[in-house]
Amino acid sequence: MLIRSASDIPASAITPREVYLNRRQFMAAGAGMTLALLGADAAASLLSRSSPFSTTEDKNSLKEITTYNNFYEFGTDKSDPAANAHTLKTSPWSIVVEGEAGKPRRFGMEELLKIAPLEERIYRLRCVEGWSMVIPWVGFPLASLLKLVEPTSKAKFVAFESLADPQQMPGVKSRVLDWPYREGLRIDEAMHPLTILAVGLYGEVLPKQNGAPVRLVVPWKYGFKSIKSIVRIRLQETQPSTSWSTANPSEYGFYSNVNPAVDHPRWSQATERRIGELFKRKTLPFNGYADQVAALYKGMDLRKFY
Amino acid sequence: MLPRWVKPLLFVLCLLPLARMVWLVLQAVPVNPVEFITRSTGTWALVGLCLSLAISPLRRITGYGALLRVRRMVGLFAFFYAALHLLTYLWLDQFFDWAAILRDVLKRPFVTLGFAAFLLLLPLAVTSTDGWIRRLRRNWGRLHRLVYPAAVLAVLHYLWLVKRDLTEPLLYAAVLAVLLGVRIYWFCRARS
Repeated sequence: MLIRSASDIPASAITPREVYLNRRQFMAAGAGMTLALLGADAAASLLSRSSPFSTTEDKNSLKEITTYNNFYEFGTDKSDPAANAHTLKTSPWSIVVEGEAGKPRRFGMEELLKIAPLEERIYRLRCVEGWSMVIPWVGFPLASLLKLVEPTSKAKFVAFESLADPQQMPGVKSRVLDWPYREGLRIDEAMHPLTILAVGLYGEVLPKQNGAPVRLVVPWKYGFKSIKSIVRIRLQETQPSTSWSTANPSEYGFYSNVNPAVDHPRWSQATERRIGELFKRKTLPFNGYADQVAALYKGMDLRKFY
Repeated sequence: MLPRWVKPLLFVLCLLPLARMVWLVLQAVPVNPVEFITRSTGTWALVGLCLSLAISPLRRITGYGALLRVRRMVGLFAFFYAALHLLTYLWLDQFFDWAAILRDVLKRPFVTLGFAAFLLLLPLAVTSTDGWIRRLRRNWGRLHRLVYPAAVLAVLHYLWLVKRDLTEPLLYAAVLAVLLGVRIYWFCRARS
């Protein structure tokens, strides 16, 4: 496994706050609006250490990351989550971890934050729609959580479920997907050190539109695999059904690894537009994480297992 | 008769979507400006097509014949936004990578449909002048029936590209179905 060395000082400590908050908007709207954007209870900062897994690429601004989201529980337009997610109640919150585990149990949010030291992970995110961002998440390896419940030998897959409460999530009233939103990973993918549960962004508590209070981030897969606002994690022997591949099996597979050689049936995946850039760039196999993860898929036909 | 101020006012109104788009992009409001321009121009091309198709039925229902005098301008604005939509795709999305564009047109049904719709609209825009109307005589009306398949293709183009939420394209499909439906109804009634 290649571990790239990066600066020991997290870049968020260098980048002045008003720069990443997008100066123009910051000055026009004032600090009050910025706080409202983050949610009233999101003023808390998270201390985290840097990680060798972080990229040194230019990060997208907080405005870009928090106003351009796919989170269908709050509407299907990319501006909907920022407008509607304020109704989400993120406290109290807990995740049930169950299934093929020696010690299944429920984790409250306070416990989750203490499972492992929080790290800043600056990852590329590639959406299946053909755009990408660079996002400074704060989180911890999913493996740290899973080890605590002691997966049995039958735990071959991990299934995830989002909250689906129509009272808090207006989009859940529409039938656009089969709620609750579901995702899944193979156990080795879930235990991989790149796979994290994120609880923060830009050094602060995760904004609601980004999947607060806790979401998955799997940087070598298309963004929809990184399920938001998780309430349930289930270890199981069989491959779980997932929301997008249930909705449209020919277009979205279980694996959904970023792959420029396998097109979406209706559009090419060879290139992507990094948000903030005019020219498109070439999409990299496994979103540029091939050195770390390609071995997981050795011998597999990635056209068949898309 | 149509009051003299109607056409200049309509001209300005038809430019408002473009003005709004330019203003928002210059203010850096859209996070993904290329996507925003693509959607916005496509939306207004569709709206323009539906409006231009609404004019004859409205005239028939209201009996207000002067309405026909604004149809050309509305139709040309629909074409104008469709042309901006295509230009955005060719330039800002593909950067005139003709090999990639050709692959897209051949391989992606929604691109094929959009491109076909534009090709159908092109001769209508060219022959929209008084000179061409005189020269083509009865054939002008026949030629301009191409707007019907063009509008159908445009709506299919939208339906086919949407990822999951079909609400908006279905709305345009419903409007178009009504506009074409009344024509078929009147045509059948006239023959019987």
